[in-house]
Amino acid sequence: MLDVRVREADMVTAYDIAMKEESPHKGGLASVVAVENLHKSYGMHKVLDGITLSVSRGETLAVLGRSGTGKSVLLRLIIGLEKPDSGSVCIHGQNIGDLPLDQLGEIRKQMGFLFQHAALYDSLTVGENVAFPLEHHRREMARSERNDRVKQLLAEVGMEGDLGKMPSDISGGMQKRVGLARALALEPEILLLDEPTAGLDPISSGEIDDLILKLQRERRMASIVVTHDLHSAKTIANRLALLDQGNVVIEGKYEDLLQSDIRFVKEFLKQS
Amino acid sequence: MSDSGFTVVAGNDAPHVAQRDAPVPSVVNYGTGLVTGFFEWFGNLGIFSWQVLKAAVTPPYEWRELIRQLDEVGSKSFPLVAMAGAAIGVVISLEARYSLSRFGAKSMFPATLVYSVIQVMGPILTGLVVSGRVGAGIGAELASMKVTEQIDAIEASAINPYRLLAATRILACILMLPLLTLATDACALLTGWLAQAMVEPLSFHQFITNGFNGATFNAFLPQTFKTAVYGLIIGLIACFEGMRTRGGAAGVGRAATNSVVLASLFLILADVVLVKFILVVFR
Repeated sequence: MLDVRVREADMVTAYDIAMKEESPHKGGLASVVAVENLHKSYGMHKVLDGITLSVSRGETLAVLGRSGTGKSVLLRLIIGLEKPDSGSVCIHGQNIGDLPLDQLGEIRKQMGFLFQHAALYDSLTVGENVAFPLEHHRREMARSERNDRVKQLLAEVGMEGDLGKMPSDISGGMQKRVGLARALALEPEILLLDEPTAGLDPISSGEIDDLILKLQRERRMASIVVTHDLHSAKTIANRLALLDQGNVVIEGKYEDLLQSDIRFVKEFLKQS
Repeated sequence: MSDSGFTVVAGNDAPHVAQRDAPVPSVVNYGTGLVTGFFEWFGNLGIFSWQVLKAAVTPPYEWRELIRQLDEVGSKSFPLVAMAGAAIGVVISLEARYSLSRFGAKSMFPATLVYSVIQVMGPILTGLVVSGRVGAGIGAELASMKVTEQIDAIEASAINPYRLLAATRILACILMLPLLTLATDACALLTGWLAQAMVEPLSFHQFITNGFNGATFNAFLPQTFKTAVYGLIIGLIACFEGMRTRGGAAGVGRAATNSVVLASLFLILADVVLVKFILVVFR
């Protein structure tokens, strides 16, 4: 299981990657995900109040904030599980707001989503969970080829030995690994991670962070990570965006947050 | 409690007029809420049905899931409907023999049993038993998937949950109900004959010959195949209640209960319409 962990000596943060490569954000690359002036309310409760964000290829954006500030809702809007009250979500320049389900499906195939509680299908084994998107979207793939792909994906997340186990028989951290393998099955260009380290012990959190870093190095996806774990965010992300009361308070590198005079930012950093 | 029957919570100084007036708007609001909820439920069911229909008729088709559901709804319900049919066959046999003897019409026993089982008891009994087993199962399963975000995960994987989860289950119910009804009927007739044969000698051949004497397909087939409509009702309501669930374990329980109660209720109501329809069209 530890083979996916990056040894401390080899530890490479997102900043190192960004230093070595041209920063995609500043390099003027087109945004893969662009969220503009997004509003979302539930009844009288305003959750998102005009959020604007963008992420480019190879970039990881961490969205931070207190519980209930709409971080998870933002991800659900980006993948089209919910519709915004106003504003737009563009994937590769295409506004997904008005797309019919089949066209939205084509865009969703380019996206991988790790749910907060992994959301593994509890009637399927670990292997079947990972095979699930392949069975539906790679119907031409031979069974043996699919099995090999599942094994390869599970090996990437250090779960190759648990192929036949049921989700209820593995720990929360292992479930998240399997969820990550499932999210990567269709080789997405965009990866959305909802609280990937929430509820995990520090060692498991570190393993998940290392895994995300490793995948980012290998696949160069555009990633959005929702978290309230500042340590995890600064480890895996190029940029951080701090949310409060439905809007972005500050966006930038970790150093930008440290240097900020905004009271909420200071308070958040202090408590974290 | 105050004299007026309303609990005084604001202390003795609270104005009496306000206490008397307060429940009136709440009753009106409650009534309005019920009416709104009623129409909202049917509206949402209509939208859900349209989504399922659209998903069901457009490829790709989920054959594997459909076969799994046919097994789940059909094979696994078979022992239950067979036992229920067997029991009801004995009951009808005992009651019919007693009633017919009083009117000196014992020779009508086979026809009475055959007609009452195939035309009335078999279909409705199968519908209610399957509604209890399958309706609750589908409602709870989908509700559990909903609250644990598994349905969202299916949707996020670019798979249409209406096609994968709802259309397959509803179609399985539609296809399996008539077959299960035939099983119920067969078991009921067998045990009904056995119960009679244990009291008075009656060969099975004689029982069947007398029972179906003069019968046409129109007398039995529509009654059996109307259960496809029961299947539609059970599958549709259970999937709808399951996939709209909110709120943890309580929501799952509510979905399972609603699935059974509403499916059973609509099934009986539908039977009234179907019986009249069959009488008009097939007789």
